[in-house]
Amino acid sequence: MDVVKHGLSSTLAITPQVVEEHGLSPSEYHKIIEIMGRTPNLTELGIFSVMWSEHCSYKSSKYWLKTLPTEEPWVICGPGENAGIVDIGDGQAAVFKMESHNHPSYIEPYQGAATGVGGILRDVFTMGARPVANLNALRFGSPNHPKTRHLVDGVVAGIGGYANCVGVPTVGGECNFHPAYNGNILVNAMTVGIVNTDKIFYSSASGVGNKIVYVGSKTGRDGIHGATMASAEFEADSDTKRPTVQVGDPFTEKLLIEACMEIMATDIIIAIQDMGAAGLTSSSFEMASKGGMGVELNLDNVPQREDNMTAYEMMLSESQERMLMVLKPGRESQARAIFEKWELDFAVIGSLTDTGRMVLHHKQKIVADLPIDPLALASPEYTESDRPWVATPVQLTIDAGDIPQPKNPLTILEQLMSCPDLASKRWIWEQYDHMVMADTLGHGRPGGDAAIVRVHGTEKALALTSDCTPRYCAADPIQGGMQAVAEAWRNLIAVGARPLGITDNMNFGNPERPEIMGQFVGCIKGMREACKKLNFPVVSGNVSLYNETNGNSILPTPTIGAVGLIENVSMAIGLSTAREGDSLILVGETAGHIGASIYLREIEGREEGPPPPVNLDVERNTGDFIRSQILTRKITACHDLSDGGLLVAAAEMALAQGCGVKIMVAKNSEPPPVGVLFGEDQGRYLIATDNPEQIHQSAKMKHIPVQLIGVFSGSDIKLGGYSLPIEQLRRSHERWMPDYMASQ
Amino acid sequence: MKAAIIVFPGSNCDRDMQVAIRAASGQEPIMVWHKDTELPQLDLIAVPGGFSYGDYLRSGAIAAHSPIMKEVAERAAMGVPVLGICNGFQILTETGLLPGALMRNAGLKYICRDVWLKVEQTHSIFTRGYDKGQIIRVPIAHHDGNYFCDDVTVNRLEDQNRIAFRYCESDGSVSDDANPNGSRHNIAGILNRRKNILGMMPHPERLISSTLGGSDGKAMFDSAVTALTS
Repeated sequence: MDVVKHGLSSTLAITPQVVEEHGLSPSEYHKIIEIMGRTPNLTELGIFSVMWSEHCSYKSSKYWLKTLPTEEPWVICGPGENAGIVDIGDGQAAVFKMESHNHPSYIEPYQGAATGVGGILRDVFTMGARPVANLNALRFGSPNHPKTRHLVDGVVAGIGGYANCVGVPTVGGECNFHPAYNGNILVNAMTVGIVNTDKIFYSSASGVGNKIVYVGSKTGRDGIHGATMASAEFEADSDTKRPTVQVGDPFTEKLLIEACMEIMATDIIIAIQDMGAAGLTSSSFEMASKGGMGVELNLDNVPQREDNMTAYEMMLSESQERMLMVLKPGRESQARAIFEKWELDFAVIGSLTDTGRMVLHHKQKIVADLPIDPLALASPEYTESDRPWVATPVQLTIDAGDIPQPKNPLTILEQLMSCPDLASKRWIWEQYDHMVMADTLGHGRPGGDAAIVRVHGTEKALALTSDCTPRYCAADPIQGGMQAVAEAWRNLIAVGARPLGITDNMNFGNPERPEIMGQFVGCIKGMREACKKLNFPVVSGNVSLYNETNGNSILPTPTIGAVGLIENVSMAIGLSTAREGDSLILVGETAGHIGASIYLREIEGREEGPPPPVNLDVERNTGDFIRSQILTRKITACHDLSDGGLLVAAAEMALAQGCGVKIMVAKNSEPPPVGVLFGEDQGRYLIATDNPEQIHQSAKMKHIPVQLIGVFSGSDIKLGGYSLPIEQLRRSHERWMPDYMASQ
Repeated sequence: MKAAIIVFPGSNCDRDMQVAIRAASGQEPIMVWHKDTELPQLDLIAVPGGFSYGDYLRSGAIAAHSPIMKEVAERAAMGVPVLGICNGFQILTETGLLPGALMRNAGLKYICRDVWLKVEQTHSIFTRGYDKGQIIRVPIAHHDGNYFCDDVTVNRLEDQNRIAFRYCESDGSVSDDANPNGSRHNIAGILNRRKNILGMMPHPERLISSTLGGSDGKAMFDSAVTALTS
């Protein structure tokens, strides 16, 4: 790829090679000529290439994304805007979205991850919301891969470096390791903001003659063709793509947030849009297209960081911390004063027209003249015939009875709790300021099922989580997609929240391969079922395809970011809130499903078998029961069962609370079977209560199986004659990550 | 009681400080923009945490040259109490209102977590709400909290009873293991000689209610308000 050099000359002939270098297929180029009625010049071709890139156009995915449920009475804004919005009552709403920065983070982990945070923050505050929380979902390659340590170090430092400076707490997330991510890590960042429902800003431009204003940082040559890079597979030369990674400046972002909050408190803005992927091009097209307007821009007025930038470079630059706004007539000076106070660039770079065309002037010449709607709306959409898919083969069932029985299950527990996927991620989240803004609840800090962040100045709180189990998605995409949504829902329920909606970050390999497309389609189908049954709409999302290197794809990873509402913070509980003497009760059906479990992978070295099936009716019924028990204060602590199953969940509660637990699953002194202790059956919770009899009665009425399995006491985990001091378990659980990061 | 909170570009704990002072005093503190050159009659000045000027050059270095800091220094000299937390502490050392410097954490990483602090002296309006030797739990959140000063200065701080807080274990023992950032003598916060200026890296304003996981920071604001209103 040598397009950056080409950018220096707009007179370059458009040869088939140039078209190919822009990631456009011959048929797409044919369509461009049809739309233009002539051969495009290089600037115009560059604009088409980014607008029609997979990253910006969702051409492989939108046919399927449209099948996801997006509506519920509390949804104020679904997919299609910068972020999704759900009503949280009292004239307030939560604004949120998750977005990937996978490709740049692999090439330059610090800046790639940092700018990922910056970009998603802008998506949220562009809509008028003050960002109040960040989350991130990270997937790295095998800990033994030579690049992994460097990538973990850089990504975590980059996320912290940006978010800490901006002053938005990073309250939750997830981090897994698997060799399938050796060549393509995943960095999915989510931001949640709070907005008053009468002060939501959209990107639809209106008013012929109204001025288009550029604010924020100056434009440089960084990030040109970032969107195109994110739309192609990596080959051996991925390191040479480093110049397409942008550089973040969180200090400017912080100023931009404050300036935007200040101007948004006035009535000056008609429309606003951040410059994300494909920068000035996509932001201006988006605003114009949504409002059915034309745009005339004078690129001479664009604040520039470097000399002699061409129109091509300015339109394709992905320099960070920039916004585009349409202002009400005659209000420029008032707006300018706000941005100058915050020492940010402010420039009128154009105006709206009624021509429906994008006309770009540069150095007294018209350098591009394109129709807006045909370009923005006529981007390719691949149906099943263009993107054929095959279903993922069904895995053979594995019977837990055929798995060797461990002698001492507590030794296995210690081993699992210190494996890379289950070991404490404190090393990561202590590098994130998770308390700034002083609304993070004590038991809603990182490490629980869901983070809990109070809505400032109220008694309400938001519960936030991010979930996906890629090994389930790989084994059975439909069940895996369903499970990701169900687990997110369960995590919100477990702290006492009413689940409101999700943002989906779909990370997959090359969609041109039918088996990869089959994973994508399967996950969407599973997610759709779960969202419908749980009234858990998708309100925003992002798709990252081509996560492959030399033909090796990542595991299918549809990360689900979810938001729930807690009406009164005093009702919220966590996994740490049990009291000594409380009974431990297992809620839900335990069948002992061992396929695709952490146990099978870590102890038996087998990555096989189908994932545990999700029964959405049971899920719904059980979750509603749990929440009702929390809201009537019948439960002191709650934890959902996921990776590692029953024993791991009980141990996590014991560690969080600092109290031992005596587990009495079996009737005799023998440890119960491996499937019971480590199986990953879905739809289950562990709850602590001081009134187990009452829980039994209530559960019986709802036909929900409950089983008293233990009591919190002492300082050991005890099971079937075996005993493990919780402080020993804590050391093993806490040591893995710092030891790994410190080793060479 | 009239309090002012100085706001720099990049301050991000200004609102947290505002909430803490409001909760303790029942009165609204005024937010003063760094470009202002004058302060009204005041009982307390707070310099909040954050990343003033993005920590560019050196934490607190550019903010120390803001127009308002000259006025802050003059008021401090007149005896007005000044509380600098985190980046505020860094700014106070950069202006010379407090001795020493805050260097990069010894472990080179940003650290956000609750730490134990030993209250070393109670002869300031900020610390008199605690008992001498009391162990409190307060969070830190910083990349540059490694307090350094030369031998003469550190001895003077010790001799003049100006070390307000030290990092310690939960049982109060002051050890290397309890030192999160490499600070000399486990110093977490210091006072000027007159004891009207306190600079500290930990964030008492973040733990003023059990909902947020603890209230050990509350006594600092309560005692200052009591002293300034009685």
